[in-house]
Amino acid sequence: MDILIYGIVNSFSLALMAIGFTLVYGISRLPNFAHGALYVITGFGVWWFIHQLHLNYVLSILFALILMGLIGAGIYRFVLIRVRGMATSEIIATYALGLAILEFLRWRGFKGMTYTLPVFIEGSIHIAGVPIDLQRIMVIAIGIVVVSFMWLFTHYNKTGLALRGMAQDEHAAMMLGIDSDRMAIIAMAIGSILAGLSAIVLLPLGNIVVEAGYNVLILSIAVCIVGGLGSWVGAILAAFMIGFVQILTVRYIQSHFHMVVALLAIILTLILRPSGLFGRQKELEERV
Amino acid sequence: MNKEIGTIERRKERLDRGIKVRTEGIYAISSLEEVSYLVLPRLILIIGLLLLPAIIPSLYWKRVISITCIYALLALGFDFLANFVGLVSLGGAFYIGVGGYMAAILNKSMGLSPILTIPIATLFGAIICTLLLLPALPLRGVYFAIVTLMYPLAIARIIEALNILGGTDGILGVAGFPTRWIEQYIIILIIIFALFGLRRLVNEDIGLVFRGVKDNDQAVRASGLSITLYKSIAVFIASGLGSLGGAYLSHIYMWSGISQFALDFSIIPIAATVIGGGGTLVGPLLGCFFLVPISEFLRAFGTLRIVFYSIILLTFIMFRSEGIMVYAQRKYHQFERWVKV
Repeated sequence: MDILIYGIVNSFSLALMAIGFTLVYGISRLPNFAHGALYVITGFGVWWFIHQLHLNYVLSILFALILMGLIGAGIYRFVLIRVRGMATSEIIATYALGLAILEFLRWRGFKGMTYTLPVFIEGSIHIAGVPIDLQRIMVIAIGIVVVSFMWLFTHYNKTGLALRGMAQDEHAAMMLGIDSDRMAIIAMAIGSILAGLSAIVLLPLGNIVVEAGYNVLILSIAVCIVGGLGSWVGAILAAFMIGFVQILTVRYIQSHFHMVVALLAIILTLILRPSGLFGRQKELEERV
Repeated sequence: MNKEIGTIERRKERLDRGIKVRTEGIYAISSLEEVSYLVLPRLILIIGLLLLPAIIPSLYWKRVISITCIYALLALGFDFLANFVGLVSLGGAFYIGVGGYMAAILNKSMGLSPILTIPIATLFGAIICTLLLLPALPLRGVYFAIVTLMYPLAIARIIEALNILGGTDGILGVAGFPTRWIEQYIIILIIIFALFGLRRLVNEDIGLVFRGVKDNDQAVRASGLSITLYKSIAVFIASGLGSLGGAYLSHIYMWSGISQFALDFSIIPIAATVIGGGGTLVGPLLGCFFLVPISEFLRAFGTLRIVFYSIILLTFIMFRSEGIMVYAQRKYHQFERWVKV
């Protein structure tokens, strides 16, 4: 029973972490390998707003999210726009940026036990005899809200539809009057805000550590790739698959295998079916 | 530069220098000037590399030279794979780790001396890397890049989790080199050999096929050649260079551990290639000799050095993606002038 409940919580955490990355890479085909760095920055940002500027919690969250949106847009406007279209350069540039941010934070000594965010609601309840704290319930709730909101956004909103159009056929989208740079800025801003949001929901469960940035990036890539590019259903299912396999390996094998699961999932999926379990796009471009 | 730039339409015209055109044919040996035009840049590089250990005084910096050479091997492999075969391999650490562990195991458990372990680790490291990467070879571009990025991470975590091969402590007590001079000169000779060997290779017939794989793989297939075979040959060469570096590294530090799978070995060669100029093979080598010493200078600042070279990498990829060597070669071979349109 506890495997089921914690599996669901873990799956929703993965889905939350990955949704920003999936939106940006899977839907708009812009790799944002600084995703993990943005996740960690949000954590420190909120912490800094609360403890240094003495703002209240809600306001700090709000400011941090707005800041994330600006940073995301800035990354596109000043960095990605110059290497747009060269897939490898895009990855190397954003990865270098993320690395610079994370290692800068590490250098400034942001590590250890001192940095934590308060939980939203204290306390815990019992579900079928398994104790579970309310923050984890919040993870599930917010996860459901965010995922369904993003699904509606990309299916029933003009901007959201334009984002998908760009990934499917950029030239056709431009002919229909979609400004691809503007869309990319929007995608990056939303993706970064989602990275920040997941940080705010998930970080109260533990400490803010720089290493989390790398793990979040790997997990997000795993969910995005296993699920398949351009597929929402795939991403959610992939989050559940990886989430449950992780919990099962931690329970029955060893906790060290937590990340190995994600890494092997990436490698195996790419080798066996590069477009992912549910991806339908552009299969011809992936393999020889 | 010119105030009228807004009003007069002009463009920069680039023409090959006469001496370049002459030295391309048999006339290259017709005069001393032409011979030196061809030989001098190469000679400066070779002599510079050979003199390096002699002019660097301190023991610490001598060690840095050896490490730089190992990075240079990786960078050569990366440049060869990325710009001549079209496989962007972000897994330099994978090659280093496999070679390093293999040399350490051969030395510790079988008692072989470095003279034997390094060639064996190079050969079998390359074979292992090629076999492991074989299923990923049909992948294109970004997909191959992500798989190769994940391999070293996954293997490091598996070693950590299973606590095999010495676990987090690594394998201690690997034999070192008898003297510093041997340690440095062997690796310097190796990189000179690798550099000119690769340059020869890419201009042979097989190099033409490699470039075909990069530019139009269907044409290669239509010619009745197996794409996967040629890709695996290329990966074998590049991973052999990496494994050689890894084996060397184990013997230099007399230790082999998970940090050989660390991201440093994947990122510095890429940064060096971007800075030095991809597709020139010399560029990445010079990039390493520029980047690694600077990174050593900054070692006192801890992880700030990673920030530093990430930012250099970012700047170069954004503003000067051609790199230093491409620029230098253009200046050396061509002259430029403004012409009216």
